[in-house]
Amino acid sequence: MKWLLMSFLLPLLLTVQVQAAIDTYEFRDEASRERFRQLTEELRCPKCQNQNLADSNSPIAKDLRTEVHRMLGENQSDDEIVDFMVARYGEFVLYKPRKNASTWILWYGPFVLLGVGVAVLLFIARRKRRQPAGIDRADADNSEVELDSSTPSETAVGCLSAAEQQRLNELLQGDKK
Amino acid sequence: MRRFVVFIPLVLFFGLGILLWRGLQLDPSELPSALIDKPMPTFSLPSLQTPDKTLTEQDLKFGEPVLLNVWATWCPSCKAEHAQLNRIAEQGVKIVGINYKDDRGKAKVWLEKYLNPYMVNIYDEKGTLGLDLGVYGAPETYVIDAQGVIRYKHVGVVDARVWQQLEAIIAKLNNGEAS
Repeated sequence: MKWLLMSFLLPLLLTVQVQAAIDTYEFRDEASRERFRQLTEELRCPKCQNQNLADSNSPIAKDLRTEVHRMLGENQSDDEIVDFMVARYGEFVLYKPRKNASTWILWYGPFVLLGVGVAVLLFIARRKRRQPAGIDRADADNSEVELDSSTPSETAVGCLSAAEQQRLNELLQGDKK
Repeated sequence: MRRFVVFIPLVLFFGLGILLWRGLQLDPSELPSALIDKPMPTFSLPSLQTPDKTLTEQDLKFGEPVLLNVWATWCPSCKAEHAQLNRIAEQGVKIVGINYKDDRGKAKVWLEKYLNPYMVNIYDEKGTLGLDLGVYGAPETYVIDAQGVIRYKHVGVVDARVWQQLEAIIAKLNNGEAS
């Protein structure tokens, strides 16, 4: 029984030690600690792909954390550290992709789509305003085709003769009654 | 004109559909190496078998393409591919080993037990060369051309199928150099 209890408790003890092992890095000041935290959160672990360096317990992530810490100690800039990682593991390690020819669609694509959406909206709104009667051009087109298919050449909007216009008005009046 | 506008959403839908469907076919664990077509990183590390001997990137230049294999005794997949590496070495292809973050004694025993397909073995105890190569998991196998430029990287076990690919790449490099 005692052994059973031990076998449950021992792993707990081990995990506590592992957790502690992660944070044994010493920093000169709070600023470099903060930079370390930010860098390890923005760099992706190459082995366990959905974790960043800060999260991952894989040996490679540990190596890379040590490397980031070493480079911080050597007063290297964030850009230099990120360049170092990209040179070895590729753009893949960046959770925050750089802005270049192959990633501009990621960064600006949503804004382009938003622009297209706004343009379409404006276009529709403007067309509606030009026809305050509320009869959409497309609707007018269709109803005309359905109602009077015998004269297809004259069904286009704006080509109604005076007699046809009068007949249309009569029909519309008839609808209202 | 109006008629075509109606089809735009459908076209967009199919475009996106094909894009995403293709995305599902890709293997996300396969990373393109950042070092392809770059020269082998410089290093200065001891040999596995003779600790006094220092090896550098110059020792990888045999005047012909070589395979560079990252392995370790703690890596089960390395054991799985070892027989294939022995067969490749028998064909006369030169293989250089990087013993990655391993124990020298265990590694030596391993080579005696399972035969040694390597021309030389670089003993990378701290994983520094591995880091410069962008190694993220053993086994990894690189094709290095005669000039010491990295041409290809394979992550995972080298089996008969993978060897066919590597062999084709080596053959291409050899032909390119001959012409």
